[in-house]
Amino acid sequence: MVKGVQFRDHRVVGDILELASRYCDEGADELVFYDITASPDARTVDRSWVSGVASVLDIPFCVAGGIKSVADAEDVLNKGADKISINSPALANPGLITELATRFGSQCVVIGVDSRHEDNDWFVYQYTGDPDKTQAAQRRTLDWVVEVQERGAGEIVLNCMNQDGVRKGYDCEQLSAVRAVCSTPLIASGGAGSSQHFLRVFEEAAVDGALAASVFHSGELPIPDLKQYLAENQVDIRL
Amino acid sequence: MTRLAIIDSGGANIASVQYALERLGVTGTLTTDREVIRTADRVLLPGVGAAKDAMRRLRGAGLVEAIRDLKQPVLGICLGMQLLCDGSEEEDVECLGVIPGTARKLTVAEHFPVPNMGWCRTQKVAPHPLLNGLDDGSFFYYVHSYALPVSARTLATAQHTTEFSAIAGKDNFVAAQFHPERSSSSGARLLKNFLEIDA
Repeated sequence: MVKGVQFRDHRVVGDILELASRYCDEGADELVFYDITASPDARTVDRSWVSGVASVLDIPFCVAGGIKSVADAEDVLNKGADKISINSPALANPGLITELATRFGSQCVVIGVDSRHEDNDWFVYQYTGDPDKTQAAQRRTLDWVVEVQERGAGEIVLNCMNQDGVRKGYDCEQLSAVRAVCSTPLIASGGAGSSQHFLRVFEEAAVDGALAASVFHSGELPIPDLKQYLAENQVDIRL
Repeated sequence: MTRLAIIDSGGANIASVQYALERLGVTGTLTTDREVIRTADRVLLPGVGAAKDAMRRLRGAGLVEAIRDLKQPVLGICLGMQLLCDGSEEEDVECLGVIPGTARKLTVAEHFPVPNMGWCRTQKVAPHPLLNGLDDGSFFYYVHSYALPVSARTLATAQHTTEFSAIAGKDNFVAAQFHPERSSSSGARLLKNFLEIDA
C-alpha cells in the first residue's frame, strides 16, 4: 500500500514531516510525495524537505514532480529519496527514462501514467497537475506502458483519471489490461474509497500495490483498519 | 563509542543508511580510506546500482584486499551483499569472494515482477545474533533484480519464483539482500543487532 502526500510549497516542511511520520507510524508501506506545482511551472524547486523526510522515515519513499533531468534526479536521490517518479517529462523526452535507469538503476525509476478511458481504449494525458495545461499525449496507454518498460522503467504507477477523486473503486478492468503487459511492479492509483476497493484491486488486477490519497487524508479510512481487513481477507500484508 | 565505517561504494542509498544509524544513536564515517576501514569496530558495505560500477570503485580505491582481510563485524546491504559474493550474473562481474556463491538474475513470472520491489516475508533458517528478537516471517523491504541462491551460508530466505538468500554470512561477514534502513521496526532491530554483535 502506498500513501500519496500531495502538497504545494506554501506548506511548511514541519507539516510535511509531521504528516509523513504519522502515516509511517500508522503502517503505510511506502509514501509518495507529489510536488504537483513543479512540472507545469518550469521553475526550480527547493528540495531541502527531502532530506528532512529521509531522516525521519524508516519506510521507502518516492518523490514525484519537477524531475526533468539526471541532475534533478541525482539531487533528490542524494537527499535520501528511494525512488523518483516522472510523468510529463518522460512523455516530452522518453530518452530520459533510459538515461535515469542507466545512471541510477531501474529500481529508482518510477513512471507515472495518467490514463483516461476514451473510445473503448485508454489514452495517456500529460501536465495533469494543472487543469489549464492538461492535454492528451497522443499515445495509447498500453503502448506507452510497454515502451517505458523497454526504456528501463522499474515501476509503473497507473493513475486512472476517470476514477480519480470519485472514490468508486479502482479501475480493475484497465489495471488488468495493463497488468497483462507489465512485468515490472504495477501500482494502482485513482478511485479508492473503501477497504473493499483495495481488496478488489489486489484480487482482480493482481497489482503489487495500491495508492490512495484523499481517503486517507480525510481520515475516513484509517490505515491500520484497512490493513487488518486486507489481512483477514488473505492479502499477505505487513501489519 | 562505536567506530563505524561505511564504505562509500557510490550508491544513492547511503544517506538513508546514515539516517537509520543516527536514529539508533550511531554516526557512521563515510569513507574509502583503507586505514579508517581497517581500524573501525564495525564496517557497513551498502550499495545500490550496478555491481560492475561498484567493483570498479572499490578496486580504484584499493579496497578489494582490504575488505577481504577485515576481522571485525561487516554487514553488506543489498548490492553490498552481492559485492561480498564470488560474483554476479549482472555483466558477469567478479566480486569480493568473501561469501561463497554467485548472484543470479531473478526470473519474471506471473505475480513475480522484476525488479522484486516491496515488502517480503523473510524466514529464518539458521540462528545468528543478527536475527535476535525478529519473528520468523517478518517483513523486510526489498529492491533487487539479482539474488544469491540458497546455500549452506544462508541464514534467512525470501521467496521469488524460487527461494533465495535474504541473509547470508560467513565468519565475521553478514549480508542482507533487503534494505534494513527502509524496513521499519524490523530493519531497525536488525541494524541494532549488528551494532551489538560481539566484535
